[in-house]
Amino acid sequence: MSVKLILRDKEFTVKPGMTLRDALSKIDVLPESVLATRQGEMITEDEILKDGDEIKLIAVISGGYANAAIETVLLR
Amino acid sequence: MKCNSCGGKAVVQMRQHKLALCANDFLEWLPEQVERFIKKYKMFTRSDRVLAAVSGGKDSLSLWDILWRLGYSVDGLYIGLGIDGGIEYSDQSQRLTEKFASERGLQLKVVCVPEVYGETIPDMARRTTRGKTKPCAVCGLTKRHIMNRIAYEGGYDVLVTGHNLDDEAAALFGNTLNWAAGHLVRQWPVLEANQPGLARKAKPLCRIYEREMAAYAMLRGIEYIYEECPYAVGSKSIYYKELLNRMEADRPGAKLSFYISFLQAKENGLFAPHADPKVEQLHSCPTCGQPTSAPGECAFCRMTIKVK
Repeated sequence: MSVKLILRDKEFTVKPGMTLRDALSKIDVLPESVLATRQGEMITEDEILKDGDEIKLIAVISGGYANAAIETVLLR
Repeated sequence: MKCNSCGGKAVVQMRQHKLALCANDFLEWLPEQVERFIKKYKMFTRSDRVLAAVSGGKDSLSLWDILWRLGYSVDGLYIGLGIDGGIEYSDQSQRLTEKFASERGLQLKVVCVPEVYGETIPDMARRTTRGKTKPCAVCGLTKRHIMNRIAYEGGYDVLVTGHNLDDEAAALFGNTLNWAAGHLVRQWPVLEANQPGLARKAKPLCRIYEREMAAYAMLRGIEYIYEECPYAVGSKSIYYKELLNRMEADRPGAKLSFYISFLQAKENGLFAPHADPKVEQLHSCPTCGQPTSAPGECAFCRMTIKVK
């Protein structure tokens, strides 16, 4: 009896019956940093995870040289 | 969870707005919000020619899609940086951007840095003090220069970028930690072309959460480059975003409030223009004509001459 959560190349296993929000908390993933899909459909954090579910987590944070691209002044 | 609009099954929950929406309503709601902010901050109108800087990522491609759906006249600009990183990062992102443009019949301009300037960004960075440890500063400088040049020379009314609220909040957070007065003075949804050689710039997604942009891309079926730039790993901006997201998890709306309060404080005169002395003493680069903060060649021209 388990639910699998996949984030990039990592796999996590949690018990069924908990909400997605609780599952994310258990594996220490911030809800704001991912979108979750089940069988290709996006699901919200209150969704109860069922035995055999495979949840794909899509990381949403991108970055690098934040905001630099919009700077006006060519600094010397 | 039910959609607050139609009562169907919600797929996106936005706790900062106390709003949950189904796919169809979310795909209508988001462009409406972007339109609202374009008008609120007087970014551009439907009679303006807009140039969108597109990287192949979720934010810039979604921005282009939204503006296209809203009926704005928008061309795209892709800058090929020559970054491989073991995942053919630049090649992949260019292919996805070209596919996006071709599927919608949109005009895309491509500037390939290795072809125009003789070297890839990582190679260029290795030869300079600025990029010795990481190429991000060289990359930023190059992109700013090219975006401004193409927008200015092409006679576009405005250049738009896909900076979302998380980008803006992270930049604000970093600039506040360092009390970087010059950056704080300049940070705004629109940057006016108040110097010869400067293009007008705007950030239509500045009030939209990064997570919502990813949801939009996914629900619209936009194929974007999922892999992060190999050089972005461990960057300060990502670290700041994670910190802000920790706050957001406990206090929904914290990021939005941080950014909006800053904009309001600016409107109320908290940051005086003279806190940014560079803006008042801009000079024209004798090589490229773009503004620079000291007499002589600008940082970009000095860097590319050095490379040549």
